[in-house]
Amino acid sequence: MLDGDTVFNSRLLTELTLSFHIIYATIGVGVPLMIMIAQWVGIKKNDEHYILLARRWARGFVITVAVGVVTGTAIGLQLSLLWPKFMELAGNVIALPLFMEVFAFFFEAIFLGIYLYTWDRFEDQRKHLALLIPVAIGAGLSAVFITMVNSFMNAPQGFDLVNGELINVNPFLAMFTPAMPTKVSHVVATAFMTAAFLLASIAAFKLVRGSNHAYHKKALFMTMKIGLIFSIATALIGDFSGKYLAEYQPEKLAAAEWHFDTSEQAPLLMYGILDGEEVKYALEIPFALSILAHGDPSAEVIGLDQFPEDETPPMAVHYLFDIMVTIGVWMILLSLVYWVGTKRKWAFINTKPFLWLLALGGPLSIIAIEAGWWMAELGRQPWILRGIMRTSEAATSSSHVDTMLLLFAGIYLILGIGTVVVLRRMFKKNPVEKELMEKGGEET
Amino acid sequence: MSLEILGIMVLWTFLFGYVIVASIDFGAGFFNAYSELTGKQHILTKIIQRYLSPVWEVTNVFLVFFFVGIVGFFPKTAFYYGTTLLVPVSIAILLLAVRGSYYAFETYGTKGHKGYALMYGLTGLVLPASLSIVLTISEGGFVSMTEGKPVLDYWALFTSPLTWSIVVLSIIAVLYISSVFLTWYASKAKDTKATDLMRKYALIWALPTIITACGIIYELSFHNQEHFDRIIDLWWMFGLSFLLFIGTVWLIWKRKNYGLAFGLLVGQFAFAFFGYGLSHYPYLLYPHLTIYDSFTNEAMAISLVVAFVLGLALLLPSLYLLMRLFLFNKDYVKGSQKNKA
Ligand code: HDD
Ligand code: HEM
Ligand code: HEM
Repeated sequence: MLDGDTVFNSRLLTELTLSFHIIYATIGVGVPLMIMIAQWVGIKKNDEHYILLARRWARGFVITVAVGVVTGTAIGLQLSLLWPKFMELAGNVIALPLFMEVFAFFFEAIFLGIYLYTWDRFEDQRKHLALLIPVAIGAGLSAVFITMVNSFMNAPQGFDLVNGELINVNPFLAMFTPAMPTKVSHVVATAFMTAAFLLASIAAFKLVRGSNHAYHKKALFMTMKIGLIFSIATALIGDFSGKYLAEYQPEKLAAAEWHFDTSEQAPLLMYGILDGEEVKYALEIPFALSILAHGDPSAEVIGLDQFPEDETPPMAVHYLFDIMVTIGVWMILLSLVYWVGTKRKWAFINTKPFLWLLALGGPLSIIAIEAGWWMAELGRQPWILRGIMRTSEAATSSSHVDTMLLLFAGIYLILGIGTVVVLRRMFKKNPVEKELMEKGGEET
Repeated sequence: MSLEILGIMVLWTFLFGYVIVASIDFGAGFFNAYSELTGKQHILTKIIQRYLSPVWEVTNVFLVFFFVGIVGFFPKTAFYYGTTLLVPVSIAILLLAVRGSYYAFETYGTKGHKGYALMYGLTGLVLPASLSIVLTISEGGFVSMTEGKPVLDYWALFTSPLTWSIVVLSIIAVLYISSVFLTWYASKAKDTKATDLMRKYALIWALPTIITACGIIYELSFHNQEHFDRIIDLWWMFGLSFLLFIGTVWLIWKRKNYGLAFGLLVGQFAFAFFGYGLSHYPYLLYPHLTIYDSFTNEAMAISLVVAFVLGLALLLPSLYLLMRLFLFNKDYVKGSQKNKA
């Protein structure tokens, strides 16, 4: 088989696995915090609804963790299988956070096991809640560590390359790259935001379907409030990410903004299509790109003219950037309206069309996550390690990647469908109302 | 001790941990499926599920630890093994995926679908086979360098008697390890029926384990003389391993002290596993790669070791807690599962 094909297939397989894994990983990072908040509120208010909320979320969470673990194991091995040259170099410089990530998983896995099987074992519910803290910390740390690795790919440092020899390796410098602060915080904030809106979607959907139970209303209000906070954080950190890009990866920002010529007072382009180098039908927000890049409406923003043709990322990243930002802004507005509306008792927030919008928020957030990663990773092309190693140099020379691609696509399809089917069946068989009755009967 | 040796010792120890924990898990899945087929599931399923439930995810992390660690300590392995192992390891990932997720789907989701149990049991046998291929490849003779890139000769691999004897050993060992463990576990749960059944399985699989293990050493004498000679030099480790084996079988036969029997079994496999590892030294892949020419730089090695020590300080108490609460908790073992989320 042709060499180019292997590279292309390896990229496809990596994209596929990561795009699938990130759904579960995001849930894995975000949901433990939501469970914690719900259980905490339940204990504080002595409200069985919130406790049950935490308990049901935890039950569903196990299913997503399982798929997160197996897909994570897959990507962990695939990095070496598909990009052996890259991992050989990466192993020398950035192995430390990868290694620490395993400890984070370990920690999380142990306490998750304990948490799940000790629901009624403690007199004092707070002790049980305390078992969840290591789970949330472990999940959060694993996101932090793995994103450090990804930051290193975007802004490699912490070593010198002399005649192909690696010298002066400093694992700490490699972990704390300029890309790290914005990337890590954006990833973590978006995970919390997405988890909140996903859980809100479930509650909203129940209400759309005609339930009028206080349980769902409490769930919706709580998750939308959390979602609002984290979506604002997301946008703020996203703005900092733009500033990072302008400074360290200007070609990525320029491609995302179709900013061809270096200029001052640069406008921000939203949407539109590209005809050669000409942008059509785009929405132009004056000065906004200069502000996003440097926080100053008259600042100069580097354009694609500063980069050789074979070092510019694909122009399609613009669409991905648009999708992400649009969804980000939309979710802030939506949750703000919902929150104010609840306080002010506006009637329309309980109407079906509005509830439908809320129900769509979770899936939309997932789409924003995918778009964001695709933008960030496509925008790094043609580099696997920016400025140091090209993607095409790093790929495996094995000729069976195409078969593996098909096999993995098949298994992900099965796992995806399996998750949905199992989750649905699990909650359908055991509806909230029934469980509340049983609990009520036990308590009093 | 040099950093190279320290690194490989740590990794080998974790791999050993994985071999034991995963064998219990794989074998348990198989016995579960087998009893389902033969209508004995009422005897075993409960015991097996109770053991598996809280620990399955932890098992997987042992494996992740090993492969992440080896790329960290010996980055060149990513190049040599990464390039050659695409197919066998991908297959192992697929099986792990089926296993891990269907396990969770069944225990937490929908109960009692026969297909799940069968699939779970079957993957438990194919997985050790596909993972053990890596050990076979490490013996050399299957990987050649063309244009500076390692290439795996599948035909030679699949027609080699060494491959098949390692595959057979891995499967039999899985059944033996898990039946001895489950005998002990069932007896702790005071479930006499399950204990008797598992004891029978343990005795059935004991002899084949030793025969295939000897078979491999014999095969190796044709395949890799150098490695074979080093094994003979380390004869006392394998001898001790054999004595421990006798001890286990004797205890099980006499229905005495199953806990000690399992302890001896772990010792038996430890001596064999570390004896094998020592005799493999210094090669990671005959004859291309040794632990010395593949080792990472000093700065990374030291930080990995420090991270490892700190990590252990965090993990060991947590693992202890997990064991205290579940594996060795009388109430839990006997089965009051009402605390589940
Ligand atoms: C719910 C998902 C979500 C939402 C609503 C947003 N983002 Fe985002 N964004 C991500 C999810 C994401 C991500 C998946 O987390 C990325 C991909 C890679 C990364 O580091 O984070 C990302 C990357 C990313 C990058 C590239 C960073 C890099 O490559 O180093 C920038 C510049 C922004 N984002 C900016 C924004 C702005 C200005 C937003 C305005 C609201 C925004 N993001 C909303
Ligand atoms: C989980 C969220 C992530 C998603 C959805 C994602 C998505 C992608 C996509 C779309 C590409 C393809 C770019 C292309 O080849 O056209 C890619 C490449 C790659 N990513 Fe990421 N990525 C994620 C996180 C990471 C992280 C955290 C790492 C580092 C540990 C990583 C390592 C890689 C590697 C090695 C490649 C292949 C080489 C390349 O194409 O540059 N990715 N990823
Ligand atoms: C930024 C993107 C990623 C995030 C936020 C993330 C996060 C997580 C989380 C939270 C889990 C635990 C499972 C769960 O709780 O659902 C997980 C599993 C896993 N992830 Fe990812 N991950 C990302 C990308 C990657 C990449 C690129 C790799 C490869 C190096 C990877 C390797 C793994 C492994 C090996 C597991 C399974 C660990 C186990 O056995 O417990 N992840 N990931």
